[in-house]
Amino acid sequence: MTRRTPLFDLHQKLGARIVDFGGWDMPLQYGSQIAEHHAVRHVAGVFDVSHMCVVDLKGARVRAFLLGLLANDIGKLKAPGKALYGCMLNEGGGVIDDLIVYWLDESWFRAVVNAGTRDKDLAWMRQHAAQFGVEIVERTDLAMLAVQGPEARGKAASLLSPAGATDALALDAFFGREIDGWFVSRTGYTGEDGFEIMLPAAQAQRVWQALNSAGVVSCGLGARDTLRLEAGMSLYGSDMDESTHPFESGLAWTVALEPREREFIGRKALEAIRARGLQRKLVGLLLEGRGVLRSHQKVLVPEGGEGEITSGTFSPTLERSIALARVPAAAGSSVQVDIRGKLHDARIVRPPFVRHGKPLVS
Amino acid sequence: MSQVPADLKYTKTHEWLRTLPDGTVEVGITDHAQHALGDLVFVEVPEAGRKLSAGDPFAVVESVKAASDVYSPLAGEVVIGNPALAAEPEAINSDAYGKGWLMRLRPAAGAPAPALLGAADYEKLIAEEGG
Repeated sequence: MTRRTPLFDLHQKLGARIVDFGGWDMPLQYGSQIAEHHAVRHVAGVFDVSHMCVVDLKGARVRAFLLGLLANDIGKLKAPGKALYGCMLNEGGGVIDDLIVYWLDESWFRAVVNAGTRDKDLAWMRQHAAQFGVEIVERTDLAMLAVQGPEARGKAASLLSPAGATDALALDAFFGREIDGWFVSRTGYTGEDGFEIMLPAAQAQRVWQALNSAGVVSCGLGARDTLRLEAGMSLYGSDMDESTHPFESGLAWTVALEPREREFIGRKALEAIRARGLQRKLVGLLLEGRGVLRSHQKVLVPEGGEGEITSGTFSPTLERSIALARVPAAAGSSVQVDIRGKLHDARIVRPPFVRHGKPLVS
Repeated sequence: MSQVPADLKYTKTHEWLRTLPDGTVEVGITDHAQHALGDLVFVEVPEAGRKLSAGDPFAVVESVKAASDVYSPLAGEVVIGNPALAAEPEAINSDAYGKGWLMRLRPAAGAPAPALLGAADYEKLIAEEGG
């Protein structure tokens, strides 16, 4: 039995092609996936991300709990409303999940975790929360919409009260706050500006339709994947999982080994890994010729050894194929990829491939 | 609803065939197939002169989502692969039975007649597949 979001009926009414995504019936696309992609790069699109799990973490010692739970340092948050992206690791340094955490007040943080990992994430959090007296509350009463694109903030703000719109448009990047009964944050997974909006499930369909009327295009998971890959953002389960650590997943920037006195789960393993030297790294690939890079294709490295593509697609913005690949650390500037039995040249580039509508590689 | 023109023949693997006045056969993928694949971004068509047996893969169509082989419904020799698809793979999405043709084939003399479907039977097939 697959699960459905509060928007499922509307997706069907809008003609979406529905697919099973991590046990959820989700819209893959409404019409052309490429048209949806371009709508986000050039105007605005809306995604149903209600399958992601919103978790409130409450208690007097919630900060101490999160300092030990996350590989990124919650102490970096200097103002209420600020968000932090990071990984929850196991003792071996493997990635249990990547998540965003918002600091709402000193006894209330809010996390957003992936749909496919929600059960194990909640179990892991509860296991470690007990000793801090932290309460873990799943917010299944909320729907979540991602409104993304250069015109997304203005169009979404037009649905708010005048005072609410002013507050929403004043949000700095990676900040969120309560506005008109919604939680609005200036975050996303597309490489464009925009908001993610958590709101009561009963309002979700009405708000989606109001966004459509304001010129925001309905977008499915297909476009979400090409957008995030162009933006060089990792996808849990493809680019990293419990068998890989952040240093070989392009996520070293989310690991805070300073201050050295902060103990967190996985720290000892990461320090040992770093002391031994990294064996593998996650890189961006740009296919030189025609064809499409796909996950699990083999990557041959001239410096020696083999790697594997973790995520690959056709980039609608660049009109060529791009990928993320885990390769031996010695890999230099070019590789060959085995696509259906033939070797194709690809160049190693530093992600992101596209940011704010502009190609960053050529 | 997928389009299924009445004047064409079809295969169970979602190719269509059109017999041209000179006796050659034009082959493509159906509207149902292009819809299932999604936006096409790359198409590899066969070289002229290539000899095919019935059931041989002769083309690769790649969408944003996946790569798929296309199979020749007939034995014969490739007359031409559609040269326009290299620059315009989306023609298969917008015009599967027209500009989206993949190859023209000269059927081998004396080859056994393949099991092809008429439009009504093909419609029944895709209805059973939920399409």
